[in-house]
Amino acid sequence: MNGHVPGAKAWFAGIVLFGLAGVIGYNLPHLRTATPVEAAVGNIAKPARKSFSPPLDTAPADNKFGEMARLGERIFNDTAANAGGFVGNDLRCASCHLDGGRLPNSAPLWAAFVNFPTYRSKNDHVNTFAERLQGCFNYSMNGKAPPLGDKVLVALESYAAFLAKGARVGENLPGRGYPKLPKPPTLDIARGEQVYAAKCAVCHGASGEGQSAADGHTVFPPLWGSRSYNWGAGMSLVTNAAGFIKANMPFSQGGTLNDEDAWAVAAYIDSRERPQDPRFNGSVAETRKAHHDSDYDFYGKAVEGRVLGENSPPSGTVSR
Amino acid sequence: MSCRPTSLPWIVALGLVAASITRADAQDAVSIVHDGNANGAPACMSCHGEHGEGNPDGGFPRLAGLPRDYILHQLRSFDDGGRASDIMQPVVKSLSDGEREALATYYASLPTQRVEGGEAPNAKLIAQGKRLAENGDWHKGLPACGQCHGPSGQGVGASFPPLAGQPATYLSAQLGAWKGKTRRNDPLGLMAGVAGKLTDDDVAAVSAYYASLQAPGSKKEVAR
Repeated sequence: MNGHVPGAKAWFAGIVLFGLAGVIGYNLPHLRTATPVEAAVGNIAKPARKSFSPPLDTAPADNKFGEMARLGERIFNDTAANAGGFVGNDLRCASCHLDGGRLPNSAPLWAAFVNFPTYRSKNDHVNTFAERLQGCFNYSMNGKAPPLGDKVLVALESYAAFLAKGARVGENLPGRGYPKLPKPPTLDIARGEQVYAAKCAVCHGASGEGQSAADGHTVFPPLWGSRSYNWGAGMSLVTNAAGFIKANMPFSQGGTLNDEDAWAVAAYIDSRERPQDPRFNGSVAETRKAHHDSDYDFYGKAVEGRVLGENSPPSGTVSR
Repeated sequence: MSCRPTSLPWIVALGLVAASITRADAQDAVSIVHDGNANGAPACMSCHGEHGEGNPDGGFPRLAGLPRDYILHQLRSFDDGGRASDIMQPVVKSLSDGEREALATYYASLPTQRVEGGEAPNAKLIAQGKRLAENGDWHKGLPACGQCHGPSGQGVGASFPPLAGQPATYLSAQLGAWKGKTRRNDPLGLMAGVAGKLTDDDVAAVSAYYASLQAPGSKKEVAR
């Protein structure tokens, strides 16, 4: 017989190997895999693109890079405690980037990281990831940006690289940024005020002031006022806020607000006064024209009889 | 019937009498805690301890140092069915709303104290609970407990009570009540949603973890 027929020995070896593989596979540590985008988004449009799962329970390796990534994780989750000199409000990175920057549709770090360097119309030049992080400190944290090369930026970038390991560079991964909701006919601030009172105030306070535990640790971030993100932050755009709210709020109940309510409450929140835009040049009208020329941006618009930006608390208040 | 001016003083006087009947103060609260009241409410301390420290062996929660409005909301919920309890329902039925307020104010003012007792701590279970309490499990859309109840379960405002140092049996019974919808007095149904995502294992783990922590601000041990 010329055909290759496996003998009894080969069969035996094959069966043993198969069994071993099963045993090994079963005993491998069951790592948490990331929330599949489809599950996390609820009734938001489901992208057909291949999703990416960042490492979850796995810790960065026990080496110099891992140390740096772990520092980045600590800064990310408690920014004031670990990078206090650059923070000017009561937010932390993880306030808007949920699950330590892992959660799809909550501007996950892994999806952003693989798309830098990139051109940004916000500052009209090609930005590195480190420069993008500086923007977070200047605007979202209402603080002062660490200089390029500062350990805080290196640590945060290392943490992002750790989360993005295995993701394709340049890929527009599903779950990136915040979901884009279909544009509403109008932004109904009055309706938003009602939604806010019913759904948001229990955690974020009746005046958007947030809530802290007895030890002073901010648990629910302030949404407007002097301790929140400033007028230059991405979240001050109603489009971003509406997408974030729709996907993630009320906390643990993402996807439960209808689009109309998500837009309305985002408009209500983003039409309250907040710290000044650090790019303010002395004229609210000119600053609006230069940086806020959008129907979804309330800076410089008159709301409830006052022009937003005219009574803003100062930007960059790093005093603590 | 019109309200003639001459009847006004009578109305005011009647109101004052009514107020003096229903008003209860700290003195009344202490008296109810120790001896119950004339309407048949038993002494609170028989289950919750002389200092409101709770009783881990019986699964009775600590009341000392909980937020006043949280306690008051629970007492009213036992009455209106938002929180089912065969033990507490008849108790609150025999308390006036004034007495409930006085008791809530009284217990909120007491220093927290730690009581030993309950099941022996299981280190592995506690570690598992700590992970869940601090990180959640976003794979199933579950946030960390601490994202509402604060770091180390110290509590946030009147809606998110302290969990640290409460008996494990009490905590797991409550998570079971949220799951089983016998407790429905939470804002926005937040706890119903969260508890529904917890396995029995998760419930045991987070309960063991929070029971293992010191009650926030607790100063001394209470000998039992």
